[in-house]
Amino acid sequence: MLRQLRPAVMILALMTLLTGVIYPLVVTAAAQVLFPAQANGSLVTINDTVVGSSLIGQNWNDDPRYFWSRPSAVNYNPLPSSGSNLAPTSATLQEAVNTRATAFTTANSMTTALELVPTDMLFASGSGLDPHISPETARLQVRRVAANRGIEQDILIDLVNSMVEMPQLGLLGQERVNVLLLNLVLDALE
Amino acid sequence: MTTLELLQIVVYFGLLIVCTPLLGAYMAQVFSGERTLLTPILRPLEMGIYRLAGVNADEEQSWWQYALALLIFNIAGFLMVFFLQVFQGSLPLNPAGLPNVEPTLAFNTATSFMTNTNWQSYAGETTMSYLTQMVGLAVQNFVSAATGIAVVIALTRGLARKSAATLGNFWSDMVRSTLYVLLPLSILLALILVSQGVIQNFNAPVIATTLTGESQTLPQGAAASQIAIKQLGTNGGGFFNVNSAHPYENPTPLSNFLQVFAILLIPAALTFTYGKMVGSVRQGWVIFAAMLLLLLAGFSVMLIAEYSPNPVFGTANAMEGKETRFGIMNSILWGAVTTAASNGSVNAMHSSFSPLAGGIAMLNIMLGEVIFGGVGAGLYGMLIFVILTVFIAGLMVGRTPEYLGKKIEAREIKMAIVAILLPSGAILLFTALATVTDAGLSSRANAGAHGFSEILYAFTSAAGNNGSAFAGLNANTPFYNILLGLAMWIGRFGVILPVLAIAGSMVTKKAAPPSPGTFPTDSPLFVGLLIAVILIVGALTFFPALALGPIVEQLLMNAGRAF
Repeated sequence: MLRQLRPAVMILALMTLLTGVIYPLVVTAAAQVLFPAQANGSLVTINDTVVGSSLIGQNWNDDPRYFWSRPSAVNYNPLPSSGSNLAPTSATLQEAVNTRATAFTTANSMTTALELVPTDMLFASGSGLDPHISPETARLQVRRVAANRGIEQDILIDLVNSMVEMPQLGLLGQERVNVLLLNLVLDALE
Repeated sequence: MTTLELLQIVVYFGLLIVCTPLLGAYMAQVFSGERTLLTPILRPLEMGIYRLAGVNADEEQSWWQYALALLIFNIAGFLMVFFLQVFQGSLPLNPAGLPNVEPTLAFNTATSFMTNTNWQSYAGETTMSYLTQMVGLAVQNFVSAATGIAVVIALTRGLARKSAATLGNFWSDMVRSTLYVLLPLSILLALILVSQGVIQNFNAPVIATTLTGESQTLPQGAAASQIAIKQLGTNGGGFFNVNSAHPYENPTPLSNFLQVFAILLIPAALTFTYGKMVGSVRQGWVIFAAMLLLLLAGFSVMLIAEYSPNPVFGTANAMEGKETRFGIMNSILWGAVTTAASNGSVNAMHSSFSPLAGGIAMLNIMLGEVIFGGVGAGLYGMLIFVILTVFIAGLMVGRTPEYLGKKIEAREIKMAIVAILLPSGAILLFTALATVTDAGLSSRANAGAHGFSEILYAFTSAAGNNGSAFAGLNANTPFYNILLGLAMWIGRFGVILPVLAIAGSMVTKKAAPPSPGTFPTDSPLFVGLLIAVILIVGALTFFPALALGPIVEQLLMNAGRAF
């Protein structure tokens, strides 16, 4: 028993040094040299002000002049991130889905009979910080954004199409639009 | 499902089959003490560690000496993580100024990381300081995984060696796992993840002012280094509360692919290492095949369930709890893999999966975390079922059961049954206890059958050392912190100790050459038998509990009932 105590304590100490101190420091040093922008949070800066991170979604839904993000269980407050964890049989979620569908169709002057609200707009994301929406969801918002900004719808449709991110390496994931980046180029139009 | 998604699945499993013999052969070299590509760099470091620690790496240990070394090392690690948490407020590297962690939460978390469970009753970004995450949690990510690998290597030696007494040296197996396997792979993966946008810094949180004039606090930290080992070591404990659903933890489809691939990489490769070390590569592939078939079966059911319409919402393809960059297929692939492999990280919220998909996730864990399972833990758990299968096959044909030429006797079967019963008992008894006490019931977030599923999932996850959750359950209460912590201890050491005891008795046996009466354990028939035994044991134990949770919820959902 006592014979094993010294190796236990010493190896734990050495492993802590190696995997708890040296390893993260080496990775940090390499990351800061090789990929500084990514390692520091992919921050987006305008005139020396950080306006957000291209990876972290934001709440735009109070301003009709911008494209809106998905519903969020934490209202895009990252401290801490969270999903709703509501069940597939949740009455609370059922009600929320109905409210969201109505709100989205009304805000974007959709004719419910012909146009369905995409499911990414009916359901909250896992992180509460999803930076993306589906291309379809972006296109359905063009009518509203165009009217509120006095821009031709065709220009905005081209803009949305140019901002669609394709599956990575032509294989992984699905088509999506980054809402913050889209709204940034939208502001740049004016 | 689109063709592109189908192609992603094919690429995923194809790559797994290709990498299994490559990494598997390398690990066999490492644990047989042969020279490898990395030996010139790592050997001096390894020898230095032994010298400083006063370890003679060539000193062979009997099964109980091996077990004792393992226990002392793990308890020392537990104490270290516990005290780092309860004093973190007064310790350095805490730019967000987080307070000391409450003791029952600290007990739960220290147990959780020491046992390779990585259940998290807390939100990382608002609870744990950078020091606690790095020096406490990340270290256990490495050494708990290395402990799992060491145990399966000891069991492998127990089966491979003939008429011997010892199983190797715990310290050397543990150190080699870390240095030669986990560390190099982690450095590589961490840097690729940073290139995709996973953060790696020691900055204080950044406060952004958005275009609409709101303020948003962006948490920072050394995430990539921890995430790499969390996946490779099948740990699963996230840097952030929502784990790999967080865009800073898993920013792109490529980072997602690499992370979900890293979960299965080492557990799959270990089956080849095993075959190599017992002298028959086929024995390894048989186990790999049984694991792969079970995984694909569960994954298929989950996919069908998730793409089916939900009458409660009047829509199919429910995106609740899922991220746009991954979509449904990648969320379900991860859900199947993480529960099969005792990883427990998530990229979507399991609680919001359709009931059947959530139920299969639970069943994956209940089957004993043997479908690839945790690094090392999955294979030694599977070998318990192999022994049981050989025994049952022996009973059916009326011959003495043999595995790899060695007789399976009463002692091995008793130990195998202990290893299967202890975690199962913990799941069912603790769940029952929680459902009849206010302390247990008051933590539920959802009503109806789903509330029961939340509790059942929690104890399943803890005893299976998985760590994923139906995360609506408020598990950060003294009741759950202590009971779940106990379930993790039972689920970890209630299996490791019987496994080492089996290794200790098998190693002493002679091996007889195969005779015409020997039941072959490297045939497709054996794969089928093994799968049948696993499913029958799992179903007999857990069907009643599953019927009260996910099964009844699926039926009610199909009838359009909401709660």
